[in-house]
Amino acid sequence: MTLRRLWRKAVNDVMLTMTGICAVLTASALFFILGYLIWNGSTSLDWNFFTKLPLSPGESGGGMANAIVGSAKIVFLGALIGVPVGFVAGVFLSEFSGKTLANTIRFTADLLNGVPSIVIGILAWALIVVPTRHFSAWAGGFALSLMVIPVTLRATEQFLGQVPLSLREGALALGASKWKSVATVVVPAARTGIMTGIILGVARISGETAPLLFTALNNQYWSKGFNEPTASLPVMIYNRAISAFDDFHRQAWAAGLVLLALVLVANIAARMVLAKGAAAHRG
Amino acid sequence: MAPSVPVRARTSFRNVRGGDQIAYLITFLFAASILLVTVLLIFELWVKSKLAIHQFGFSFLWTSTWDPVEGQFGALPFIYGTIVTSILGLLISVPLGVGAAIYLSELAPPRVSNALTFLVELLAAVPSVVFGLLAIFALVPAMRLYVQPALIRAFGWSPFFKGPAYGVGVLTASMVLAIMMFPYIISISREALMQVPREQREAALALGATRWEATWDAVVPFARLGIVGSVFLSLARALGETMAVTMVIGNDPRIASSILAPGYTIAAVIANEFSEATSDIHQSALVALGLVLFMITIILNGLGQLLLVLTAKPGTAK
Amino acid sequence: MADTTPDAKPQAGPKLRASNVDFFYGKFQALHNISIDFPENKITALIGPSGCGKSTFLRTLNRINDTIRGARATGEVVLDGENIMEGDVTELRRRVGMVFQRPNPFPKSIFDNIAYGVRINGMARRGQIHEVVERSLRRAALWEEVKDKLNKSAYALSGGQQQRLCIARALAVDPEVLLLDEPCSALDPIATSKIEELLLGIKEQCTLIIVTHNMQQAARVADFTGFFLLGKLIEVNKTDIIFKTPAKKETEDYITGRFG
Repeated sequence: MTLRRLWRKAVNDVMLTMTGICAVLTASALFFILGYLIWNGSTSLDWNFFTKLPLSPGESGGGMANAIVGSAKIVFLGALIGVPVGFVAGVFLSEFSGKTLANTIRFTADLLNGVPSIVIGILAWALIVVPTRHFSAWAGGFALSLMVIPVTLRATEQFLGQVPLSLREGALALGASKWKSVATVVVPAARTGIMTGIILGVARISGETAPLLFTALNNQYWSKGFNEPTASLPVMIYNRAISAFDDFHRQAWAAGLVLLALVLVANIAARMVLAKGAAAHRG
Repeated sequence: MAPSVPVRARTSFRNVRGGDQIAYLITFLFAASILLVTVLLIFELWVKSKLAIHQFGFSFLWTSTWDPVEGQFGALPFIYGTIVTSILGLLISVPLGVGAAIYLSELAPPRVSNALTFLVELLAAVPSVVFGLLAIFALVPAMRLYVQPALIRAFGWSPFFKGPAYGVGVLTASMVLAIMMFPYIISISREALMQVPREQREAALALGATRWEATWDAVVPFARLGIVGSVFLSLARALGETMAVTMVIGNDPRIASSILAPGYTIAAVIANEFSEATSDIHQSALVALGLVLFMITIILNGLGQLLLVLTAKPGTAK
Repeated sequence: MADTTPDAKPQAGPKLRASNVDFFYGKFQALHNISIDFPENKITALIGPSGCGKSTFLRTLNRINDTIRGARATGEVVLDGENIMEGDVTELRRRVGMVFQRPNPFPKSIFDNIAYGVRINGMARRGQIHEVVERSLRRAALWEEVKDKLNKSAYALSGGQQQRLCIARALAVDPEVLLLDEPCSALDPIATSKIEELLLGIKEQCTLIIVTHNMQQAARVADFTGFFLLGKLIEVNKTDIIFKTPAKKETEDYITGRFG
């Protein structure tokens, strides 16, 4: 082989290997993160973590019970408001709307989706915290709802769109009105895909911190109802991580592990369901 | 009597009656609320920042003092930090990400490709605060003890690598951003590469090209719109990243040429100061920063989406 | 078994000879025991109904099937005495060029498309590339139409022009054999006849093998014709003999339109 040919072959082998290394490196980042969290966080996970309130640094036996409950409250509010809005809007886009209106709304939802979460927090602050003059789970929930709407909308529209025309026509031909056919035939046909989309959206907002920083704020104690500043897992993690105390750091690891585990499980389950659905759809 | 069924099962308002009309209205209202909320967003950002804009005008964008005590607010350090960390992050993640995408779309056997892609895409689900947690306790010490001193030793003569080795800083934040951008760059670029017709690669191979030459010279250029689109979209996300960045950037509103120095980003300063803003003007300045960030990300996202739409059109490889 | 009886035996042996070639897509056997000679500087057409394996066989000759997962070829293909099934595949592909069914120019200018093969194979110095490009475009009967717009995108050309561009691109690296996989199937009759005409000119310096589903095309341009059916080579001979007095019944049935 000539020199030139040898050079080209060498370049070929080197570049192909390097791209493989890139792929392996990036894929292993997840393992690294998970591994580190398990290593540092699992030892601090105990019964106290899940049941006790946070204590001052130096006092052992504290936990993040209020943050866990608080997260549940805020995420629940976010889903309660955001999922129906996203879902019904998706139904509108897919089943009732004309083309231009659909494009406008879809474009707007994509816009909303691209807004940095901290700016969403500013909106929630302006709309709720300012008039009510205090931080609350409502404000935090509202901020999160804005983030779950675009995800739900896209999932709803996508999976409704996949329902075959024959199914729709079948319902209409039996005399069902449009909205009845949508509600009783089309939506149920798409429910798996839509559910997985919702789960992915809820998983995403449960990990969000920035929009809660000045809406739900934080709380070292239980918060009564939804009208008080409320602790949440992500904010607590942040709070503890940047503190100067080892004890708090340990709690941050534990909380991080719990949060990541929840998010990953939801994501893996949702994706597997989606993959199975896609395969069945094709096959 | 059977209703006439349009080809695309949509119904315009005039053609429906009774229950369908109500259904249309209700679903429309829900959809319209999205429009309303977005308008509110722009409105509130505008209104709440008016105070600062009125006081400082456009010079807000290029003033570098940020002094809540004196009431002097300038956005420059934050704009600088936001842009530098994001661009640096791109410099790291684009070569790695596009390289990985090339491997996953062209070279890997399908099962390996799907498995690795799944793992990479899961990375996008990791919450920002978890990235930050790992960055503070794993990355920062490594930077402070090994990487930064080595960089200072090697490049300390240039203004970009002046010490001291804090551990935190612009470079550290960029590295975290790079990792957070991987899934977006890889996933979208991989899709774009997989859509390149097989005949392009075969045409190059048929001329005697090596596998790499065929991939780099024929396949990648064909997919370049999609790849560039992925870069824009990732950049837009990086600009808005808050938690991971504020945990490792050092939160110091100064403009330094050294990437080993601490810095500040728009998202980070809002996160840190918003809930405790001391005065109306302070608050308004922070909202003004939010408005700036909002506009930058909208433009980048728009460009990115546009590029992706263009790749979907046939015959637009040129 | 294949009938191989070309009338005038080429002096130094055939340019390209396939012996006992089998081909598998995974478990499916697409080609059964193909043996055929391709005489130098002649045009050989491969005809047969859809799915008979003629394209698959063509693609084994420059090993472009190597890129398909699970594809496997056994047997021997000898080019000027060397078995090409082993050995450096990139050099093989420079010597055995290919034109594809649909035009597939790169997203580059006309000039860069043609120069690509030349550049990567290091076949000409900077100053000479323009010469090579012009020569190739002339051989492909495209020079007059594009000489003023060499820097324009290849996609600005019509389908027929793009295919002639692909032919020029293949010719630029000076191949000894040129494989054409139904090169006119996506083109109109006028573009088709332009290409058939230039093929007759190319064969002086090149051995051409063309797969076609158009029997009239084979009759027009080919010196020799091979008939494929269900992955087997039924018969190969001078084109005249195949079309006027075929030896096998299957060939006759296909020629007379009883199937396919």
